[in-house]
Amino acid sequence: MPLLEFSEKGIYCSQADCFIDPWRPVKKALITHAHSDHARSGHTQYIATKDSVPVLKHRLGSFINILGLNYGEKILINGVSVSFHPAGHIIGSAQIRLEYKGEIWVVSGDYKLEHDGISIPFETVKCHTFITESTFGLPSFRWQQQKTVFDEINNWWNKNKEEGKVSIIAAYSLGKAQRIIQNIDPSIGNIYTHGAIENTHEVLRRQGYNIKQGLKVENHTKQDDFQGSMILAPPSAIGSAWTKKFGQYEEAIVSGWMAVRGIRRRRNTERGFVLSDHADWDGLNMAIKNTGAEKVYVTHGYSEIFARWLTEQGYDAGVVKTEFTGDEETDLQQENQVPV
Amino acid sequence: MKRFTSLLLAIDQTTSTSTKTELIAQYLQEESLEKNKLWTIALFTGKKPQRTVNTTLLRKWCAAEANIPLWLFEHTYHIIGDLAETISLILPEYNITSTSKSMSEWIEEMMALKNADEEEKQIFIINAWKSMDRPSIWVFNKLVTGGFRVGVAKNILIKALSMFTGQDPTKIAYHLTGNWTPLKTTWSELFNFQDITSDHSKPFPFYLAHALPNENIPDIDPQIWVAEWKWDGIRGQLIKRKGEVYLWSRGEELITDKFPEFQRLTSMHDDFVLDGEIVAWKMEKPMDFQKLQTRIGRKNPGKKIMSDIPVKFIAYDLLEVNGVDIRLKSFEERRLLLEKIYESCIGEVLKLSPLIHFESIETLKEVRNESKNYQAEGLMLKRKTGIYHSGRKTGDMWKWKVDPFTIDAVLIYAQRGHGRRANLFSDFTFALWDGDRLLPFAKAYSGLSDNEMKEITTFVRNNTIETFGPVSSVNPKLVFELAFEGISNSTRHKSGIAVRFPRISRWRKDKNPEDADTLKHIKELLSDSE
Repeated sequence: MPLLEFSEKGIYCSQADCFIDPWRPVKKALITHAHSDHARSGHTQYIATKDSVPVLKHRLGSFINILGLNYGEKILINGVSVSFHPAGHIIGSAQIRLEYKGEIWVVSGDYKLEHDGISIPFETVKCHTFITESTFGLPSFRWQQQKTVFDEINNWWNKNKEEGKVSIIAAYSLGKAQRIIQNIDPSIGNIYTHGAIENTHEVLRRQGYNIKQGLKVENHTKQDDFQGSMILAPPSAIGSAWTKKFGQYEEAIVSGWMAVRGIRRRRNTERGFVLSDHADWDGLNMAIKNTGAEKVYVTHGYSEIFARWLTEQGYDAGVVKTEFTGDEETDLQQENQVPV
Repeated sequence: MKRFTSLLLAIDQTTSTSTKTELIAQYLQEESLEKNKLWTIALFTGKKPQRTVNTTLLRKWCAAEANIPLWLFEHTYHIIGDLAETISLILPEYNITSTSKSMSEWIEEMMALKNADEEEKQIFIINAWKSMDRPSIWVFNKLVTGGFRVGVAKNILIKALSMFTGQDPTKIAYHLTGNWTPLKTTWSELFNFQDITSDHSKPFPFYLAHALPNENIPDIDPQIWVAEWKWDGIRGQLIKRKGEVYLWSRGEELITDKFPEFQRLTSMHDDFVLDGEIVAWKMEKPMDFQKLQTRIGRKNPGKKIMSDIPVKFIAYDLLEVNGVDIRLKSFEERRLLLEKIYESCIGEVLKLSPLIHFESIETLKEVRNESKNYQAEGLMLKRKTGIYHSGRKTGDMWKWKVDPFTIDAVLIYAQRGHGRRANLFSDFTFALWDGDRLLPFAKAYSGLSDNEMKEITTFVRNNTIETFGPVSSVNPKLVFELAFEGISNSTRHKSGIAVRFPRISRWRKDKNPEDADTLKHIKELLSDSE
């Protein structure tokens, strides 16, 4: 029997009797990271990295039964050695390594190779079998360095400021929002953050992350005070009555999907910046190669296409069907929650 | 090339039409090369450079450059939904060394490859790719594939040109029509505002109507309005000037050679410009539109097809008579002059579209129900005092089509869409019951909201039975109401019928596949309509 199987509830290890990122309530759940399509509510016990415990409690309730592990720390569950390793996706995100009788499997969760300046960078974990995400598993997706993208964002912000406009970026409160506030140029103007984002940031600050403080949008703040500033808001707030108080503004979406003109146009957004917390085509291929794995399972994205490509590259590759399909729409909702 | 690419990127980054207008005007101001300006105008008005390199070759070369198998290229293309863009995204990172040529140079060099061999074309294309950044590659590929569509409506360009030249938009619109090409026409020839008669073939911009939004418009008063049949042919402008006859389609394509019938008019005494409908006509009545379609396909029709499917021009407006532009006269006045021209007409290739006088909108509604007997799509309403406008304008003319046929059909195949529907399943094939099996009978692409398409995309992902390249066959579970304009027998379709302009009118979530209509039912509609 293989160490991991693919069940209706998620990836399952029968030897340890635990699931990885299951989407139905189970007894023991190993959680790669705190995004809602990976960390669902209702499990009896959660095991995750120490870094993601506060956010998981913030999102799922302080009462959840959760065990936090350091990166690289090994625990034994019925003879299976389980450890969490940096995935570089968001703060606290991990790949999960399972070893039993000398056989090693790694479940990647979501990951990216580029260091974003906040989350602990991706670490290669050698294994026999690698279960990889493939959200951007097409050769059309290749990212520029984040510095280049932030230069573009800063230029856009500057230009809007010169025209007397406010800049609004739709950013998912866990992941994108931190990456943006830590990397944009604060000398351009004031940065305001929406309450939903600030709440997450407060949780991260309490656990020791030095996330920059954004100004609060108060009811009594005057329209003039916003002029030339940057507003970070969850996508659900974009286009709502909330944005009316800013007067004239430009809005942008920051996501890997913005590489596709058709999707950009469909969102009817004026600006799309191509920046993702997922690995691009080259990143996926490199990560897989570096694991030394012979067997690769592909999930969460263009799985069939990517698995066929890997097979042609000499891997023994297969597809894992999941309920979180990692398609553009749900992922954009997930990363950016943009209303269509 | 850079300047043109920046213009397109800037246009892409705004949804405001006034910003787009300003961007184009500014570009025209800053661009020093006349050729570049002319090509920009040509491209924005739908004049594509002739295609000299086919897309199969482009795909092959791009995959080879990127070192990926062709199947992977194809799959990626179907998800990105735009060939030019897919190539620009997939190509490897090149060290750009050579300086790029201007946009018009690229176009004209590309056009010069018409008779070149494959190797020569390959060298040209790959050198081009290697000398540009990714956005410019995208634009260049668009020029090569001829699929040039940006978010610039003709009106925006006309406004921008009007800002740039200081001339009236209506004048600009007129100068943009016709058979000019940046290859031969210079800026001063195109915008020769002094002598507009220098080109006898030049058509006027068509006046286009909106659909009547509401049947109870009190304004539709028989004192003020007249009606005509909305003929089911192709809209055309028939020009007779200085002993020559020219025929233009609504897309401003010169189609004179396709319809030699009208050459008979050269011997007429008067000069004129007519607006009307080209209709296949036999035994004193219009033929089915499908017949006309076989004529449109032939460049130089032979004797047989001309006698099998003769055409007539049903004239419904007169824009110019003996060199005098009468578009600003009232419809009533133009109509009187039109009738005069018609009386002097030779050779029976012209017909006069009869006026339908009516007592009230209610009685007119009854008349409209007769449309199908006249092979008409419904009625046109024209204000007696209305002038002949340029382009689509509200107020002096309405189209009032008959209600379409509708039928409930089952979704059986889906394919991802293009452009702003990239990565969404948006192209569907629908089936009807034939006994206990479902027989495909129509494809439809439009009519759904983005949210509905998203919902269907999720459905397709979870219900795919098999995939054939980009096409997925799905479990037959969803029922849609399709609307279409006409039905005819067809030997080319498995179902034995062809429907005209099918589109999705609504998603029948209340219906199960068993409740969908049968092929027998649609064939009954067919016999009704005949």
